[in-house]
Amino acid sequence: MTITAAAGTPASEAWRGFAGTAWRERVDVRDFIQANYTPYEGDATFLTGPTDRTRAVWEKVSALFPEERSRGILDVDTHTPSTITSHAPGYIDRERELIVGLQTDAPLKRAIMPNGGLRMVENSLKAYGYESDPFVSRVFGTYRKTHNDGVFDAYTPEMRAARKAGIITGLPDAYGRGRIIGDYRRVALYGTDRLIEAKKAERALLDTCASSIEVIRDREELAEQTRALGELTRMAATYGCDVSRPAATAHEAVQWLYLAYLAAVKEQNGAAMSLGRTSTFLDVYLQRDLEEGVLDESRAQELIDDFVIKLRIVRFLRTPEYDALFSGDPTWVTESIGGMGEDGRTLVTRTSFRFLQTLYNLGPAPEPNLTVLWSPQLPCAFKEFCAQVSIDTSAVQYESDELLRPCSGDDTAIACCVSAMQVGRQMQFFGARVNLAKALLYAVNGGRDEMTGEQIASPTSPLTGEYLDYEELSKAYDHVLDWLARTYVNALNVIHYMHDKYAYERIEMALHDYPVHRFMACGIAGLSVAADSLSAVKYARVKVFRDASGLAVDFRTEGDFPAYGNNDDRADSIAVGLVESFMEKVRQYPTYRGAEHTQSVLTITSNVVYGKHTGNTPDGRQAGQPFAPGANPMNGRDRHGVAASALSVAKLPYEQARDGISLTTTITPEGLGHAPDERAAHLVGILDAYMSAGGFHMNVNVLDRATLEDAMEHPENYPDLTIRVSGYAVNFVRLTREQQLDVISRTFHGTL
Amino acid sequence: MSTVRTATTGRIHSWDLSTGVDGPGTRFVLFVSGCPLRCLYCANPDTWHMRDGQEMSVDAVMAEIGKFQGFVTTAGGGVTLTGGEPLLQPVFTAEVLRRCKEAGLHTALDTSGFLGTRATDELLADTDLVLLDIKSFDVNTYRKLTGGELAPTLNFATRLERLGIPMWIRYVLVPGWTDDLESVDALAAFVAGLGAVERVDVLPFHKLGAAKYEALGVPFPLLDNPVPDPELIENVRECFARHGVQAY
Repeated sequence: MTITAAAGTPASEAWRGFAGTAWRERVDVRDFIQANYTPYEGDATFLTGPTDRTRAVWEKVSALFPEERSRGILDVDTHTPSTITSHAPGYIDRERELIVGLQTDAPLKRAIMPNGGLRMVENSLKAYGYESDPFVSRVFGTYRKTHNDGVFDAYTPEMRAARKAGIITGLPDAYGRGRIIGDYRRVALYGTDRLIEAKKAERALLDTCASSIEVIRDREELAEQTRALGELTRMAATYGCDVSRPAATAHEAVQWLYLAYLAAVKEQNGAAMSLGRTSTFLDVYLQRDLEEGVLDESRAQELIDDFVIKLRIVRFLRTPEYDALFSGDPTWVTESIGGMGEDGRTLVTRTSFRFLQTLYNLGPAPEPNLTVLWSPQLPCAFKEFCAQVSIDTSAVQYESDELLRPCSGDDTAIACCVSAMQVGRQMQFFGARVNLAKALLYAVNGGRDEMTGEQIASPTSPLTGEYLDYEELSKAYDHVLDWLARTYVNALNVIHYMHDKYAYERIEMALHDYPVHRFMACGIAGLSVAADSLSAVKYARVKVFRDASGLAVDFRTEGDFPAYGNNDDRADSIAVGLVESFMEKVRQYPTYRGAEHTQSVLTITSNVVYGKHTGNTPDGRQAGQPFAPGANPMNGRDRHGVAASALSVAKLPYEQARDGISLTTTITPEGLGHAPDERAAHLVGILDAYMSAGGFHMNVNVLDRATLEDAMEHPENYPDLTIRVSGYAVNFVRLTREQQLDVISRTFHGTL
Repeated sequence: MSTVRTATTGRIHSWDLSTGVDGPGTRFVLFVSGCPLRCLYCANPDTWHMRDGQEMSVDAVMAEIGKFQGFVTTAGGGVTLTGGEPLLQPVFTAEVLRRCKEAGLHTALDTSGFLGTRATDELLADTDLVLLDIKSFDVNTYRKLTGGELAPTLNFATRLERLGIPMWIRYVLVPGWTDDLESVDALAAFVAGLGAVERVDVLPFHKLGAAKYEALGVPFPLLDNPVPDPELIENVRECFARHGVQAY
C-alpha cells in the first residue's frame, strides 16, 4: 500500500504540519494523537456560548421533540430496511447546518433494521400505530433469516426457561448487541481509500491459510468490511463529502468522523452505539485551524455544538417494552473525555472543554453520554469545570482513568456505560446480566422459581430448616451459581454466533484492526440484595415461610445485620466474594471465538424490572420491589452518607469485573456544601477520594427531591431534566412512573 | 510519637459522613450524646441525653475513623465532633481530638460554647477549627430559646480569638425568634471584631426533626413556626456582609 504520499497528493495537504511517523505507515490513531495533540491545563474562560446559527438549528429540531414524546416516535420509514446507503440525504436546516447527515431522509424519522429480528420491527411498528410493509415481512419472514430466528433455533430448553423466568435477562437475542465502538477517527485521518487498502492487505494475509471454518469466516468478514467502507464513501458523497481522502480541515475532520459514525447507526440498531474517544483527536485539527487563522474559538465551538446536535438525535425503532427495561429510548452515544497519557501528559485539550460546554450551549441532555475519564492527576481547572457542569446539569459520568490506563492503555473508550475498550483494537460480545438475587432464592428452593414454582435450575435438595443456615445456604448457592454460569455462557455463545452470522457489524468492524481482541461481557444484577440477604442469614436469624408445595415464599429477619454500603467489611466482603466467585465460575466455560471473559456490575435502569420479577428476599426486600441499580447499596440501607457508600462499592475488585462497576449517587446541592461556590471543589474532592480508594465509576446527580416530584406532576415544565442512572443519563420525564418513583426513593445523600 | 492508649469511653449517638456542612471538605462527623441546652428548634432531640448514647471507647471510635481517613483526607476534609454537645464529655472529646491530630487529620469542634470553660487549652490546641453556634445575640431571647445563658458563649469566642483558633460562626435563622435585624446587626458587629472568624453560616430553620419528636413522644415546640423565606435569609446574610463578614 502507499505509505508516504508524494507531494501534491491529498494526504500531504491534509496532513500539513502534523508530526510523527508511525501513524503514517500504519493505521494508528493513538500514535497520531500522541505526536500532535496540545495538552490544555488552563481554565474554562476561553469558551464561547452558542451562536445564533447554532441556536436556530437546535431550536428547529427541538421543536419536534414534544410531538415525538407524546406519540412515542415522530415518524418511521416502514418500507426501507436500513443500510448505509438506503436513504436519500436528510437535513434539519440545510442552509444553516455545519455538520450534515441523518439516519433517514428527515430528522427523527426512524428506520427499520429487520436483520436483528423481524418480530421486534413488527411489534414496534404496531405499538406506535404503523402497519408493517408486507414486502418487508415476506422478505425477512421467508427469504432472509434474522439473528433472532437463528438464536431460537439453537437455544436449548434450559436456556429458554432461564430466560423466561428472568434469571437471565436482557439478552441481545432479538435486538442488536451494540457496545462495539468503530474507530470513527480513522476515516477523518486516513480517508476510506487508505482504509480499504489496509483491509485488503489484512485479507491477503489469509490467502495462504488453509480454509478452516475460522479462516473462511474471517475472509468473508473482511470482504464485508471492505464493502461497507465503499458504501460509506458513497453515502458521504450524497452529502457532497469525499471521505475517500483524508480530512483536510477541522470542519472536514468533524464531518468525516460523524459520517463514519452515521454509517454505523444506519446499519445497526445496537443497544449501545458509542462514539469512542474523539475530542482530543478532533482538537488536533481545531488547533491547527486556529493557528492557521481559518477559524476562531466561536467557530470551533460551533462545529462541536453542531456535531453534538447530530449525536443527540440518533434514534432507533424499539418496542415500548425495550424502553421500559432501559428507560427513555437510549442510544448510549458515549464519548470518553480527558484522562492522562501513559507519558504523564494530560489528554485534556480545549476540545475536552468544548464537548462539556455543549451542555450549556444546547442545554442539558442525556446524549451524547459524556464520560470523563477521571484521575486525581487531571489539571485542577478541568476537574473544577467538570464538577461544575455536573452540579449544573447532572449530565456527566466519571470513570477511573487510574484503573483503565494500566489495563487497556491511554486510548481507551467506554462503550455504553462502563465497558472499557481500546479503540479500534478491542470489541465485546455484550451479554446483559444474570439475577444474583433470584439465584439465591433458587438455592433455597432447590432450583425452583419462587414466583411460579417451576423447576428452572438443575434440581438440588431444597433447604428445609425453619431458619436459614449460612453454611448450608452458601453451599446450595454455589451449586446454583455453577449452573447459572454454565447456562449463561452457553446462551451467550449461541447469541453471538448468530449475531455474527445474521447481523454482522460491517462498518464498525471495518474500523477495527484485524485480528481484533474480543471480550465476552457477562454481568450481574442484584448484588446488594444478594449480599444483604447473605449478611442477614449470617448475622441475624432468618425464618422461612413456605407455601403448601414447600416453596419458600417469604422470610422474617430477627435481629440486626450489617448491610452493604456502610464501609463495613462484614457485609462488604460478602459482596466482594460474590463478584469474585461468579467471575471465576464464568471463566470455567469456553467462549465463542475465544473471547476473554469479563463481567460488569451494572443494571442501567433494568433494576426495576429485575425487582419486579423477583420474590421476597431474606434481606427484607419485598417481592416486586426494585433492586438497587448497578453496584449500588440497597436504597436506604446505606445510612452513613455518600462517602461510606462509595467506599463499600470501591472494594469490589475491578480485575474481577473488568467490564465495569457502576455506582449512581444522588446528592442534594446542600449535600455538597452549604456555600454554593465551594460545591464544585467538594465534588472534586469526593471524586479524587473515591477513585484513589479504587472506585471505578460514579454517576453524579445533584438534585433535590422537590424538583423531581414536581417534574412527575408537570413533565411539560421539565423537558430537559436529565438524571443519571447507573451508567447512563436519561431524560426524567421520559421514564415510566414506576421508574420515576424508584429514582425518587433512592437515597438522597445530603444533610437536609 | 507513640499513642498512649487509655480506657476512656464516651457516649455516642451516631456517626456520618458529610460534605461542606460541618467544616471544610468531606468529613467524618461524630455525634456525641448529651446536651445542656434545650433549643426550641432542635433538630436532634435524640441526642439530648447522654444515657441514650452507645458507650464507645476512644480506640473503637478511632478504628471507625481510620476506615475513612484516606477518603476524608483526599477529599480535603477531616473529622468533626458534634452532638449533642461535645464539651459535655470533655475528657473523651479531648482525647478523640488529640488522637485525630496525631493521625494527621484536620479537626473541627462543633459547639454552642455554653460549656466553653470545660475545654482545656490542650483540647483547643488539638482543634483546627471551632464551629461556634451563637443561637441569638439577645440575652433574653437566648435564654428563652435555649434555656441557657449567652455570656459563656461570648466569653468562649473571645478566648478562641485570643488563642488564634479559627472559627466558623453558625447562626440558625428562626422566624419570630432570631430574625430581628437589629439583633443580627449587633451580632455581625461583634463577629466582625473577631479576626479568627473565617465565615458565618446562616442556617435556615427547618422541621425535619419533627418525626424524631414524635418517635420520642416529646412535643416539638416550633412545629407550627414558619421556616424563613429566601428573602429573609438573603437579608440576614447581607447584614453580615455589610460588616465585612463572609456569610453563606
